[in-house]
Amino acid sequence: MGGSAGRPRVGLFVTCLVDLFRPSVGFAAVKLLRDAGCDVDVPVGQTCCGQPAYNSGDKATAEDLARQTIAALEGYDYVVAPSGSCAGMLKVHYPVLLADDPAWKARAAAFSAKVHELISFLVDVRGLDKVDARLDARATYHDSCSGLRELGVREQPRQLLRTVKGLELVEMGDAEVCCGFGGTFSVKYPDISNAIVERKAERIAATGAGMLLAGDLGCLMNMAGKLSRQGRKIAVRHVAEVLAGELSDPAICERP
Amino acid sequence: MRSTSPAFKANARAALADAQLQRALSEVAPGLAARRSAARAGLPEFEALRERGRAIKDHTLAHLDLYLEEFERKATEAGSRVHFAPTAEDARQIIAAICREAGARIVTKGKSMISEEVGLNAHLEGAGLEVVETDLGEYLIQIRGETPSHIIAPAIHLTQDQVEADFRRLHKGLRKDRVLIEPTQLVAEARQILRDKFLSADVGITGANFLIAETGSSVIVTNEGNGDLTQSLPRVHIVLASIEKMVPTLEDADTLIRLLARSATGQEISTYTTFSTGPRRAGDPDGPEACHVVILDNGRSELLGTAFREVLRCIRCGACMNHCPVYTAIGGHAYGWVYPGPIGSVLTPALIGVHSAAHLPNASTFCGRCEEVCPMKIPLPGLMRHWREEEFSAGDTPLLYRLGLKAWASIARRPRVYHALVRTLMPVLGALGRRTGAFRHLPLARGWTKHRDLAAPQGRTFQALWADHKAGVPR
Repeated sequence: MGGSAGRPRVGLFVTCLVDLFRPSVGFAAVKLLRDAGCDVDVPVGQTCCGQPAYNSGDKATAEDLARQTIAALEGYDYVVAPSGSCAGMLKVHYPVLLADDPAWKARAAAFSAKVHELISFLVDVRGLDKVDARLDARATYHDSCSGLRELGVREQPRQLLRTVKGLELVEMGDAEVCCGFGGTFSVKYPDISNAIVERKAERIAATGAGMLLAGDLGCLMNMAGKLSRQGRKIAVRHVAEVLAGELSDPAICERP
Repeated sequence: MRSTSPAFKANARAALADAQLQRALSEVAPGLAARRSAARAGLPEFEALRERGRAIKDHTLAHLDLYLEEFERKATEAGSRVHFAPTAEDARQIIAAICREAGARIVTKGKSMISEEVGLNAHLEGAGLEVVETDLGEYLIQIRGETPSHIIAPAIHLTQDQVEADFRRLHKGLRKDRVLIEPTQLVAEARQILRDKFLSADVGITGANFLIAETGSSVIVTNEGNGDLTQSLPRVHIVLASIEKMVPTLEDADTLIRLLARSATGQEISTYTTFSTGPRRAGDPDGPEACHVVILDNGRSELLGTAFREVLRCIRCGACMNHCPVYTAIGGHAYGWVYPGPIGSVLTPALIGVHSAAHLPNASTFCGRCEEVCPMKIPLPGLMRHWREEEFSAGDTPLLYRLGLKAWASIARRPRVYHALVRTLMPVLGALGRRTGAFRHLPLARGWTKHRDLAAPQGRTFQALWADHKAGVPR
């Protein structure tokens, strides 16, 4: 995994949803990171960040997965994830989870300092202020909760999206309100989750945008699934796909 | 109050199907959130004030025994009688005895969630007293035989036309041609009824937003002024408050009051903020002849040495529920006990047991907005997660869910097994969904596909494609 001289080595935590459902987001992330002057590797020792266990009260499993993820990625200069939710887990929650484990406490803290959500890493750490991409579309951006509230991801994606040629960014009402996904919440309380995402879908549709963007695949699959069920023709994509110009795959839930 | 929290799912479904409730929720809750936001923006030192507020409460909770004693001393010096009630039953008995000794027939009440928690009204009515709620929202739910659905707006689940219909049904002597459309007209109608009660009440019971140790005072904030009439007109005033309402000084109370109204309703300060210290003194123009302060524990002191201590910082502003995507979708009654929304999801398991309130800490998306707006910076999602951990350790997590989690964990813990498995599985799933791009139904994902489509995977996993990429195979 040796990096070229002066180029920071980034370990991409690709996230299980991207690995399983939408690899194109992973490749978009790789392209953006390389364009921003980084060497990228995606170690195979990673699976899931452990959030489903952590949020279900299964602390022991969450701790195991935290140790596994740290061991797989701590050797890189930076650890970057195309998800505010998973990056928040790695950065904010791992140190809390392992605080009582003397062998891992310091490792978790050092690891935490290296972790970043993809778009905020590009802007805040790599100093990226524009991308070389073009897309003739009117898009709206949803702020995913963990990225927004745990990591302060808000202006960075908007700032880069404004530099995509042909793209018009329109704000939806309540962009910072949860889409109702909440991980396992969406299947444990499907009716409540549905009520929340229905409201979100109305807000999205009210903008008249033909495209919905966000930085978390879980939220995106939730909103895309609802918009698709409602028969609305709104293309739903991860923000990295647009910024990297990787648009050859159909949008989420889109018929090819 | 009996809990219906175990039936949370059914309660929530009923709430979602209740068109009238949905209309009421959509009319009020977003307005409260917007007003809070404006009030916060109008006070540059708001964040500093939150830090100050948190420090005040943390300090008080760390020395609660001392401040309770100081309060008792100062309140007694001012002529009040202080009663400590370890349980809800104790509080009911103490208050009933005070009413009995006063020879009371009519009791007026200011808004008090603690009174709901201990089930005071039913107890006093059982003892033959007429109990009249004087806060408009509380009055409305009392005449309807309901419980509060919000901690500061107890009748938030009602629409104006329902209120009008109730008044026409229940207020004898209300003229048919009396116009009851505007909120002010409804308030005027309720006031007309309540005025007689205020004047004829023997005992007035209020809650307290704060108890001040250095002066032995209690503080209530209201927007209707009903609290003042409740506590100053009857012969006897009873304050019912829980132990965590304590603050050391007047200045501390002032700091918290600045946070409270802004967070609750977006006001800079509530219309009425009333400090009361003991009964009427010689030369006072008005006030009660006797004043009692009943301080309730009801399980709270057991939280002091635990992670849940932080929930005792709560000043009951309701901001967490106004900003909660779950609360604003289903309203307060679905939660099944006195305190709804995020604060209830943390507090209720502590007060009635996590076994009977198991749904509540689970019914959150962990979006974090509650913690973001909480003036006392209570880490509500983190504390809900603590309950989930206790539930999981106790084996209370539903069996099927537990097994699923176990199966998933055993794979996620083994990267090689994991990658080998998903490398085979995802292309199959991808091929099945390729034509349509999404699944409308999927046998093992019914919780998801009941309401939304499931995106079809693109095919091969990222890790499989990445291995090719590294080996120089074009994608």
